[in-house]
Amino acid sequence: MSDTRQFCTFHLGSLFLGVEVCHVQEVLRYQEMTDVPLTSSIISGLINLRGQIVTAIDLRERFGLDDDAPEAPMNVVIRAEEEVVSFQVDAIGDVLTVPEDAYEPPPPTLAGPTKELIRGVYKLESALLLCLDIDAALNFDATNTCSE
Amino acid sequence: MDEMDDILREFIVETYEGLDHLDRDLVTLEQDPSSSEVLGRIFRTIHTIKGSSGFLSLERLESVTHVGENLLSLLRDQRLDLRPEITSALLQMADVVREIIDNVEREGNEGADDYAELVQTLGRLADLEPSDSSCESEQGLDGTAESSPVDVPIEQSQTPDWGDALASDGSTSASEPEPQSPAEPRPTGGDSPRASVAESTIRVDVGLLDTLMNLVGELVLARNQILQHSATYGDSGVANASQRLNLVTTELQEGVMKTRMQPIGNVWGKFPRVVRDLALSCGKSVRIEMEGRDTELDKTIIESIKDPLTHAIRNSVDHGIEAPEDRVAAGKPEQGRILLRAFHEGGQVNIEVSDDGKGICPKKVLQTAVAKGLVTSERGARMSDKEMVNLITTPGFSTADTITNVSGRGVGMDVVRTNIEKIGGGVDIQSVPGEGTTLKIKIPLTLAIIPALIVTSGGDRFAIPQVNLLELVRLESEQAGKLEMIQGAPVYRLRGTLLPLAFLNRELGRESDCVPESATAALSTATNIVVLQADDQQFGLVVEEVLDTEEIVVKPLGKQLKGVPSFAGAAIMGDGRVALILDVLGLAQTAEIVGPGSKSRTTHLSENGESSGDSFETLLLVANRDGTRAALPLSAVNRLEEFPRDRIERSGGDEVVQYRGEIMPLVSLSEALGRAAAESDQNGRVKVVVVRVAGRQVGIVVENILDIIDDECVVADGSTHPGIKGPVSVQGKVADLLDVNRIVASVRSDLVAQEMSR
Repeated sequence: MSDTRQFCTFHLGSLFLGVEVCHVQEVLRYQEMTDVPLTSSIISGLINLRGQIVTAIDLRERFGLDDDAPEAPMNVVIRAEEEVVSFQVDAIGDVLTVPEDAYEPPPPTLAGPTKELIRGVYKLESALLLCLDIDAALNFDATNTCSE
Repeated sequence: MDEMDDILREFIVETYEGLDHLDRDLVTLEQDPSSSEVLGRIFRTIHTIKGSSGFLSLERLESVTHVGENLLSLLRDQRLDLRPEITSALLQMADVVREIIDNVEREGNEGADDYAELVQTLGRLADLEPSDSSCESEQGLDGTAESSPVDVPIEQSQTPDWGDALASDGSTSASEPEPQSPAEPRPTGGDSPRASVAESTIRVDVGLLDTLMNLVGELVLARNQILQHSATYGDSGVANASQRLNLVTTELQEGVMKTRMQPIGNVWGKFPRVVRDLALSCGKSVRIEMEGRDTELDKTIIESIKDPLTHAIRNSVDHGIEAPEDRVAAGKPEQGRILLRAFHEGGQVNIEVSDDGKGICPKKVLQTAVAKGLVTSERGARMSDKEMVNLITTPGFSTADTITNVSGRGVGMDVVRTNIEKIGGGVDIQSVPGEGTTLKIKIPLTLAIIPALIVTSGGDRFAIPQVNLLELVRLESEQAGKLEMIQGAPVYRLRGTLLPLAFLNRELGRESDCVPESATAALSTATNIVVLQADDQQFGLVVEEVLDTEEIVVKPLGKQLKGVPSFAGAAIMGDGRVALILDVLGLAQTAEIVGPGSKSRTTHLSENGESSGDSFETLLLVANRDGTRAALPLSAVNRLEEFPRDRIERSGGDEVVQYRGEIMPLVSLSEALGRAAAESDQNGRVKVVVVRVAGRQVGIVVENILDIIDDECVVADGSTHPGIKGPVSVQGKVADLLDVNRIVASVRSDLVAQEMSR
């Protein structure tokens, strides 16, 4: 039996994504948000998480998906580099234990932002689990005011 | 092991405290060499450090403090007179002790240096006076006994008796033949209050206090929520309970805030030393006086005013106080005086640094400012003297003198101002030519909880820190015509002066919502103008609605949002939702009410027909030996230092200098550029620009440091050397813009190679 990893999985459009559980602080239902003007549409707002202010990041926007988004996205609260952010996703999946030998690097044919945001692919029986690169997902220009 | 660590940690904390007092005491002692009380205190501090270091087998520390103690005991027994030379050596010893303790704290060992030189110096100073052989032999015996580590624990156990015996000894010979009475009270006076202080205070981890502070912040929010609800609820029981909750929370908040308060004296402690050292090197005589040492400030604020205050004091000694002969000629006492004052006033803390020096000549300041293009001469003509004097805090004002003399900073008073303004304070300078200068600093008590005005835009709430708020103006719809337009820029006449206006909705990119095409049209409802102060400029911010003032807990924004200039942070409102805190200065800059950096600067540039602020950079101008000038970006510069030539040592053929606990390689700029060889050392001192390359400090040796300039630098092509990016025109003359990495690489390629491999 080889090493295994645990992933917290979630759905984003047609994508089935996961982050390692050690990065996940908690998973929340839709939270009320405060809009942050003058910022990129990737920033969906600020959430009051028990007194802590958490930046919510619209993963849909980050991945450049524009098909119909759910009305009340779920929050996957991630602890990354000494700060806490929340990824807004469509739906939360299970926590899966994945064998390390099911891993493969991202296929070179991946296009668009997905290519940079995926660390690798785990071949599961039912589906392909895409491992999200948290650092890459958080690395964008927030001051970009493309909405104007 | 853990237990040992605890002891060591305790020792480190205590030693730091001791050292802070030591610096102050040593300087006091120099002014009043006869004070056996101060001498006794110094002796005890060193003695304690020595004893504990032996116990903890910190041998180097022990050897240094041991010779220091010998010297001190001679001083105390009046076998040796205090000379500046001795004070300097003792201060140096304090530095070394600090250095070793730093090392112990960071790396767990005493560091590589054995400080043989200092030990020798101290030993030599102690040897100079072999007047009393019995004393010598006593000291000698003492010394040999202690240098063997086996005896140290025994020595330690004897410490109090020894110290006190010596103390009473000292005073016997020091004072008139009245042996017991002055000697007796001191040991008790020294020890018993300390014991009681130890019983009534405990040390608390700052992290714990921060957590408490956060929790109280939350409690304040919860209370606000409950108060809001209870007002609508109408039940008297709930109202009573929430009233009490309100009171208790307020008191709790005050109490917890107080735990984080520290007397400002903690920062001031090091200033006598700073003043002494600087005065000595300038050949001046300066005395420092302090009033209001007990004034308390939040710990975080204490930290952030340390540097600006040091800078202000250095400035006073360096530029304010005249040379002794000039002072006498002006009919002043030879010794200059710097007065530090701190006091509470109107919920703020005022700190004043005043000197009785030559003052600032407003006309001269104005001349320089006009010459540097910081203000136009027309504007200058309308300025009051006070406004002129305050020009020296304008960015870009620093003069060449400020750099070379006050080594290590040299960026002028604008830095003091920016640092103080960063924490929500303000700076004001008052000066009477010939009589002195007073720098007044006003800072808030705490940063964590601030009063703010809540306004709305597009249905969302925003908080405006009250420090920026001047007044509120409300125009009813029939008065809307009072908003006038100048070429599309809306203004309002506020008591006769024109107030530029910005619309919050528009500045936040929500233009479409409700800002009218022309200010006069479509303003069917009342207009709310929030009059704000940003830099020196007042402006009006038109908001949809003004809600209330509230005490908010400032929370930082996430990393992704740090780059947005309009927001300073966020806060959680009474209903649990998040509101953004507006950064008034940032907002004014995006609204182009104040320019980036300084407004008057940009007008100056457009006058010259040059625009584009892209290549705008602050440059440090240095001179090469052959008289050519070179410039390097100030952002690359860590510090400016001067080293005596004899501190430069060689390692593997390269020049190095020991600097702030690390060995810093030196690179000669002229050599790197293939010009003349070694720099001249007119007065045995070399000027060094400390830069950071590959994560470590490297010193670039230059002939002279000329100036710091905020200038547009257009790099022309035609670099003749890999270390030079190209020539730039600076203040009408050509200078070579340096590529710091390459310069270092050309002499010490190994250093930069490390960076590549990382």
